[in-house]
Amino acid sequence: MNQPAPVITARRLARTFQTRTGRVEAVRGIDVDVQTGEIIGLLGPNGAGKTTTVRMLTTLLAPTAGDATIAGHDLRHDPRGVRSRIGYVAQGGSTSDESLVLEEIILQARLFGIGKARAKANATALLPSLDLDGLEHRPCRQLSGGQRRRVDIALGLVHQPHIIFLDEPTSGLDPQSRANLWEHIRKLRTDGVTVVLSTHYLDEADALCDRLLVMDHGTIVADGTPDELKRRISGDIVTVEIDTTAMAGSGDTASSRSDRAASSPESARSTPGTDATVRAARQAVDVRSVLVERNRVHVTVEHGDQAVVPILRALDGAGIAPSALTVKRPSLDDVFLSLTGRSLRDSDENRDRGRAGGMTSEPETGTPAVSHP
Amino acid sequence: MHMIHETRLIFWSHLRANLRNPAWAVIMLMQPLLYLVLFGPLLENLGGAYADGSDPWLVFTPGMVLMIALFGSAFAGFGLVAELRSGVVERQRVTPASRNALLLGRVAKDMTVLVAQAVVLIGIAIAAFGVRPDPLGMVATLALVALVGVAFASASYALALKTRSEDGMASTLNSLTVPLLLLSGILLPMTLAPGWLEALSRINPLSHTVDAVRAMFASRFDTAEVVTGTLVTLAFAVVLGYVGTRTFQRENA
Ligand SMILES: Nc1ncnc2c1ncn2[C@@H]1O[C@H](COP(=O)(O)OP(=O)(O)OP(=O)(O)O)[C@@H](O)[C@H]1O
Ligand SMILES: [Mg+2]
Repeated sequence: MNQPAPVITARRLARTFQTRTGRVEAVRGIDVDVQTGEIIGLLGPNGAGKTTTVRMLTTLLAPTAGDATIAGHDLRHDPRGVRSRIGYVAQGGSTSDESLVLEEIILQARLFGIGKARAKANATALLPSLDLDGLEHRPCRQLSGGQRRRVDIALGLVHQPHIIFLDEPTSGLDPQSRANLWEHIRKLRTDGVTVVLSTHYLDEADALCDRLLVMDHGTIVADGTPDELKRRISGDIVTVEIDTTAMAGSGDTASSRSDRAASSPESARSTPGTDATVRAARQAVDVRSVLVERNRVHVTVEHGDQAVVPILRALDGAGIAPSALTVKRPSLDDVFLSLTGRSLRDSDENRDRGRAGGMTSEPETGTPAVSHP
Repeated sequence: MHMIHETRLIFWSHLRANLRNPAWAVIMLMQPLLYLVLFGPLLENLGGAYADGSDPWLVFTPGMVLMIALFGSAFAGFGLVAELRSGVVERQRVTPASRNALLLGRVAKDMTVLVAQAVVLIGIAIAAFGVRPDPLGMVATLALVALVGVAFASASYALALKTRSEDGMASTLNSLTVPLLLLSGILLPMTLAPGWLEALSRINPLSHTVDAVRAMFASRFDTAEVVTGTLVTLAFAVVLGYVGTRTFQRENA
């Protein structure tokens, strides 16, 4: 397979800040390759170096070491060439209180060398798709936080760049606006636009990005598709729920077991039959770890979808009739936790509720509430 | 040329913002206007000491015009601090627009506003106090006002990029503008000063501008003052304009 040349290449890109209290190594020599038309997510907790990376790639911050090429233009030697190819939405906003929405968006397009008529056409076409119609002539101070954020986004997109850097574009947006923006970004991809987006919202990274670069302490600690990352870290979790009444009297009192002794509690007492279930699952498939929680057995396997049938057969053979069987991908939070030792959700405040496939980490971190009789 | 086009874009954008919200421009005009109205009349009775026998208003009015030029432009950087904080500058820096244009568009706007304020001030002086400046001298004065505006606005923007805070700006500006004002002879001519003070005032480029403007207001064009003042002002504008553009190019906003 011959891949097209990457549209963004960075080699050993680094940035150190000198502060009163000492040196801060914000980005420590990262390598990045982005292909045309990819949506790349920079995922990481506060202070990971996402903004610093994006600001270097957009020519706003001079790297202290390393090189990068964007759309064929060298970051150091041809910053103007780089700028003419990119769009950028800053994390901290980009509007002044007094500027008028439409006027400012047109100005931004024109600074990219776009003629008056086309700038106006682009701007007016963009406003409805970002739900900003009707606000054209308002000063930005009269907008709500989310509306103002969407103006930032319009300012970054109005000149129709082929490479777009979005630094936490959805912070402060309500779920509806967020979904709209995701839709917009996906549409851009179908037009061949390359998007680099930083976020610490896992659902966003999961739903939107083709590939994730997980950053922590200024380095890239993992690189892969959301699915790859999730699989690599934890595998899938198959949960077998046993009908306790049906099993009554037939079993012993087993304690839960785990192959990852260090990471899961061993003390739980479980429902009769769970031990047999664990044995059956182990016979049927390659089990990475097991966690027992009352009448539920969580089995971590490489490929959940391929494990279901063998496990069912083995259970059947052992005379166990599960009342429910579910397969779940581990969430990106599990991935994140295992990579960085920190949960992203701590910094998410209340944003992360109800995300799709939102199973909390089981074998890794789970401390299921196991009560003693 | 790209740069001129981009300068115009920034210029118009800022001028429109200024017209939408003219309060600042009016406030900046108030100070010299108050001096003109509440301080100027005192000079009429000073007699020869103040204006060497000529009309004191012909001496005082050009001073007030330069006062606008000094304060109006020296405080321009405050607006830039706000723009830096709100991310506007960064947003413009990520465009391929010339860094010089981003500065010059703003400076050109300040220049325009200054000239408009100067016209208003001179108009009031003519109407209310019967000042009769030389028409050509008045036009030349406006040109020098524009140059002073370029100099101080550029310096002020450079300062804003360096300090990035209103507090840092305010302390530096206060410690600079007051000595500049006192050592320029804007309020009272330096001919009243003792030798050492007058010598000190010669270091201040503005003192030469003031002399030139006063001479031109009184139709004395073929004097050394006019030549020196014009050249000094021009050089001042070029040097500080250069400092400003260098800072704008270098600073990673
Ligand atoms: N101008 C600066 N001077 C000194 N240190 C800085 C500067 N900018 C960033 N840093 C430091 O660099 C590190 C990385 O910051 P950066 O803004 O890139 O993080 P981030 O991943 O974008 O975080 P967040 O999710 O909070 O936006 C942090 O430790 C930060 O304190
Ligand atoms: Mg950031």
